[in-house]
Amino acid sequence: MQAISKRFNYLFRSTKGLALVAIALISLVAAIWGTLSGPLAEWGIKDIMVRVLGMDLVEAEREGRIIMLYHTIAMAVVAIEVYFITDLVPMKDHERATINATITAGYLIAMFFGLWYAYFGHERVFHGIFLFGQSLVFFAGVLLAAALWPWKKEYRVKDPDYAHAGGVDLERLAFFMVAVATLGSSLFGAVTGSYWGSGHETFLAEDVIREPHKTALQLAILGHLHIMLTLIGMDITLIIGRWFDFKGLLHKIAMPLMIVGCIVITLAVWALVPYEPYAHIFIYVGAVPSMLAALMLVIFGWDKLIREGLAEHGITKASFWQKLKALVYDPLRFGSLWQMVFMNFTVSGVGIFMAVTLEETMRVMPAREERITLTGHWHILSAIIATIILFYFADRVGLKGRVRRWFGWLVIVSSDLAFGAATVFSLKRLFVSESAQQPLVNWTVLLTDVGLATVLVALASFMLWRLFDLFRKEGRWAQELAAGELASSEGTTSALEREVAR
Amino acid sequence: MKRAFVLLTLVALLVAGCAPVRGMPPAPPPSMGTGIDPQTWALVPGGEFLLGQHNHETTIDCDYEVMVTEATNAQYARYLNDALATGTVRIVDDQVVGYYPGDEFHGCDHEEKIEAGEWLHIPLDDPGLRLDFDGSSFTPKPGYENHPMVMVTWFGAKAYCEFYGWRLPTEIEWQKAARGPDGRPFPWGDEIEPNNANFYSSHDLSEKIVGALGDTTPVGFYNGRSYEGYQTLDSASPYGVYDMAGNVWEWAADVYEGAHYRYMRGGSKANYAYNLRVWTRNNAGPDYFGPSAGFRCVRAVTE
Repeated sequence: MQAISKRFNYLFRSTKGLALVAIALISLVAAIWGTLSGPLAEWGIKDIMVRVLGMDLVEAEREGRIIMLYHTIAMAVVAIEVYFITDLVPMKDHERATINATITAGYLIAMFFGLWYAYFGHERVFHGIFLFGQSLVFFAGVLLAAALWPWKKEYRVKDPDYAHAGGVDLERLAFFMVAVATLGSSLFGAVTGSYWGSGHETFLAEDVIREPHKTALQLAILGHLHIMLTLIGMDITLIIGRWFDFKGLLHKIAMPLMIVGCIVITLAVWALVPYEPYAHIFIYVGAVPSMLAALMLVIFGWDKLIREGLAEHGITKASFWQKLKALVYDPLRFGSLWQMVFMNFTVSGVGIFMAVTLEETMRVMPAREERITLTGHWHILSAIIATIILFYFADRVGLKGRVRRWFGWLVIVSSDLAFGAATVFSLKRLFVSESAQQPLVNWTVLLTDVGLATVLVALASFMLWRLFDLFRKEGRWAQELAAGELASSEGTTSALEREVAR
Repeated sequence: MKRAFVLLTLVALLVAGCAPVRGMPPAPPPSMGTGIDPQTWALVPGGEFLLGQHNHETTIDCDYEVMVTEATNAQYARYLNDALATGTVRIVDDQVVGYYPGDEFHGCDHEEKIEAGEWLHIPLDDPGLRLDFDGSSFTPKPGYENHPMVMVTWFGAKAYCEFYGWRLPTEIEWQKAARGPDGRPFPWGDEIEPNNANFYSSHDLSEKIVGALGDTTPVGFYNGRSYEGYQTLDSASPYGVYDMAGNVWEWAADVYEGAHYRYMRGGSKANYAYNLRVWTRNNAGPDYFGPSAGFRCVRAVTE
């Protein structure tokens, strides 16, 4: 009994354990539901999975099912980010414990009952419970925003190296703003969802791109999904900033930019319904400072990696190659920032290019091809965010030595291979005609599948390692627990350490 | 160990790189009769039916007839020869072009002007075209006679139908012909099997030659017959219409206010199965042509 209780404490009361459970569940969902499309469906695995699990897949409900699936995964991802935030940002013990407990209950309920409702018959009660789970996640967000309130005296900045205004910690303010924006933006989607069945029909955003007249509800959904992913991206940027102890001049420039960007882009997206033609301009305006803030983090972080790497080896005057070696020595820390850079080649750059040359490049294709580009665009962004979360988590659980390097590089190289190939695939019409595309399609699909499969194998190995570890009496989990990993005490320690540092 | 790994990777890449390039078929496909006559028409009764994914009750006022199969290369070649002779279309710079009176322009976002003038019907220099042109007349490429006509723009499809006094189906007419009065997602019923239709990775005969994207199959191919050991399922719609799912997208007639796009229905050989659901739409500019886009016509009831 004590053994179970200890493991329960680790999995559901420590930051590492909570994040591990959420990542494991997302991996499980990805492993099972990933068989329903793509190459595994082509190989017949989908049919087996549907039969074995007793899924009830009605063709007309495909879009609805997918939306439920996205939401269940998104809830878990948001929960992981919240765990990291409550761990990294100083707050009271009871706030941390309540937020983590509420969001954990929320995403678990939303995930289980959402998928049960969507894929295993349509018991309406389960849909209701799914909504209850989402409401808990929302409530946890309200608690988080309250706990992050940046104007509390005890959280004023003491070290002038960190961005501040009148003593207010601007990084904390940025976390707060993103939390508030996320709450408002989720309401933006929830209000629209409440019209479901009474005027609002299920649709996927990529299916209405060329509709000349979109309804207010359609615009709201388009805004909701874009801003939620954007805010998840902003949060992980701030989390990585904390990890690197981002400070100094760049920090002082970056934090106000992040705050302004968050406010402008969020308000612009909310304004999409009444002022669609103008909202786009403000969305671009809001995106620029946010991306600049991320760029400053990358510059700071890479510089820090080089300095620390050289100092470790006692090198004072380094050549270019020595600096490069120091930069890439730790793939987890390097990778978390590199993925932000790589995102510009596969997501932001492509997105801007598409927007600027829409009429000449995208709109001359059939809609189904533009759709491929769009779905590729946000799948890649989601996956890049996921890899950054993985790098941070792998560091937190103490991946060391050769395993750390193999895991890190495997994920960087194979995910970038997949994302790069998928980008080329989605933009193929710019290089080849439809009649001559088969070789390009074959190669890009092969590389994408190989890259993604490698990432999934690396993730599965990582998860299995942690799963088997749980069966060991004195496993790594026990050491982490013994080292004061209970969320409450751990958080206090980290917060105090940081307060001293600041 | 490291060297072996690197060597193995290089060998694997080399082997993969030496694989034959799969693009357009290296040789014409064997002529394959399906037993379905592309010249025949099916009657679609007017009345109520369920439109779209969300089953909106919709009424079509009168009966109409729809081509049992997509228009074939042989049919289109015959039409081009007749149309060239009568001057309905002409050849300019490796293109077959014809007159279109233009669309009303509303100045909406992303709307492009479709002005009166000569517009592209088919390109003659694209390898995807299944027709040969000797300078004076068109013939279908051997083996492709009864495959659906592709590389045809909306203008070219419309001109074909109107040349014979027919027209392109509206999206609503197309959908009723495909699903009948009930709310089924596919012309033949609720589920799709690989041998119901020609779609991406459906493992049909053409995929053995050109890969998962496949090539077109002869019209009416999926009628329950067996071809070289490949057993098809009879996949006609409730009104006996074939290829309403897969093979090639089919142009619809509608011109909508505020958009220059024309819509296509039915999914194609290059799409996953869910694109073959009867309510799935695709669209492109009216001058778009591709190896996965074709058409069929409708006409008023003849008797």
